Amino acid sequence: MAYSDKVIDHYTNPRNIGTLDKSKTNVGTGLVGAPECGDVMRLQIEVDETTGIIQDAKFKTFGCGSAIASSSLATEWLKGKSIDDALNIDNMEIVEELALPPVKIHCSVLAEDAIRSAINDYRGKNGLEPIESTKVHH
Amino acid sequence: MLKLPIYLDNNATTQMDPRVFEAMKPYFLEIYGNAASKSHPFGWAAEEAVDYARGQVASLIGASEKEIIFTSGATESNNLAIKGVFEMYASKGNHIITLSTEHKAVLDACKHLEKLGAEVTYLSVGYDGMIDPAVIEAAIKPNTILVSVMYGNNELGVVQKISEIGAICKKHGVLFHSDATQAVGKIPVDVLADHIDLMSFTAHKMYGPKGVGALYVRRKNPRVKVTAQMDGGGHERGMRSGTLNVTGIVGFGKACEIAKTDMAEESTRLSGMRDRLERELLTLEESYLNGNKEHRLPHTTNISFKYVEGEGLMMGVKDVAVSSGSACTSASLEPSYVLKSLGLDDELAHSSLRFGLGRFTTEAEIDFTINLVKEAVTKLREMSPLWEMFKEGIDLKSIQWSEH
Repeated sequence: MAYSDKVIDHYTNPRNIGTLDKSKTNVGTGLVGAPECGDVMRLQIEVDETTGIIQDAKFKTFGCGSAIASSSLATEWLKGKSIDDALNIDNMEIVEELALPPVKIHCSVLAEDAIRSAINDYRGKNGLEPIESTKVHH
Repeated sequence: MLKLPIYLDNNATTQMDPRVFEAMKPYFLEIYGNAASKSHPFGWAAEEAVDYARGQVASLIGASEKEIIFTSGATESNNLAIKGVFEMYASKGNHIITLSTEHKAVLDACKHLEKLGAEVTYLSVGYDGMIDPAVIEAAIKPNTILVSVMYGNNELGVVQKISEIGAICKKHGVLFHSDATQAVGKIPVDVLADHIDLMSFTAHKMYGPKGVGALYVRRKNPRVKVTAQMDGGGHERGMRSGTLNVTGIVGFGKACEIAKTDMAEESTRLSGMRDRLERELLTLEESYLNGNKEHRLPHTTNISFKYVEGEGLMMGVKDVAVSSGSACTSASLEPSYVLKSLGLDDELAHSSLRFGLGRFTTEAEIDFTINLVKEAVTKLREMSPLWEMFKEGIDLKSIQWSEH
């Protein structure tokens, strides 16, 4: 199976690899997937507490090229967004942007889960209720 | 100057040897008769070519030419052997013994027979991929008709103790089939010394053409017969109907002749390069060799690079064609069943790469591969959350993973 140019670009030059200090109250960490499934994503956001804007985002991913590209793209999109706007990122937008084939859609789902999980971690740290996903993935 | 990409997937298929191609050439346009046409020179010439090739093939495995049944490849040979024995020997019993690490052509043929009333025992191998012949002996029952054990494993390269298993089968009067697709042409295989009754192998794994294979069927001590799985003109002693692929068979014969002549030198050269590749890659932290190190094919190595996913790694080494035990493209995300059969953690199975060297592999290609894989593993580990956790001393098994 051939990868799209955008997947290859993100895989070759991943954006925002790294680790944020997860002990800080304005850092939210999402860790999704499982090693035995061959996919684990860790996505972190650092939120400006006065504006509610995501000022930094970092990721590390164990997985195939599409999984790496999905999480790399997600960090690019998260930076500069408000938490509310970040929650609106849909996995299908990732699929479209990276031209993922049907067998790789789960990579985009995982990236969306990672975003939600990071936001909920941030909310939890700041005394807010987690936001439940109402979306049904096919 | 290196030509990229480099082919290190010789367990999947091999490049045809130019000498094989030369031998085949006249049989496309000039000598095109049907080997079954007995009444004119066109047929005679084709038959003569097939007979000669049959001798070349038989000679490589210590058989007589009458014991070679030409097929379309190893998948067909495996099917013919297993289904054909089940049907032919139905009155003697219905029990078949095989291994969980066999090729799908064997496993799925057995599964098919289970629906038709066969009782199949799938034995598990040890952590090194080997089966203890005593375990096979213990599994033999009065209704056992067939034991089917792969000679050399396609994913690991592990070579089973075939002659011991063959001797056990002989002692108990049970037929012994071996899928020797990866072994024939690579290591010495002798059907008499190994007490093999039926053996499947194919041309394209030994620098011959695709679309032609053989089933060895023993003619004496005991005389073995299989029920044909295709009805037709009764070719190949009634066991495999269909006009013979003369061109392919000529190529298969030539490939066997070359393999026999070059085997000793070639296997020494390949195992030397394989060992160097393996030694270098195992210097990477948390990398593991899969399968037995002593009993194996000279050209194969299978290594897991922990905390790096195999498919992602293959993308990082895209200038080298290899294969991975990780199958992220399948709906189930199940890693290789062969690696899982060894009792490997899914995580290690997902992190594996198989390197299959071949006749045309060069030292320079191995140098290139060593550097590329080392760089890719290092780079991917830097972006792996699992590697970071490992380095922080976190036990990955202590984490509640979210399944998806």
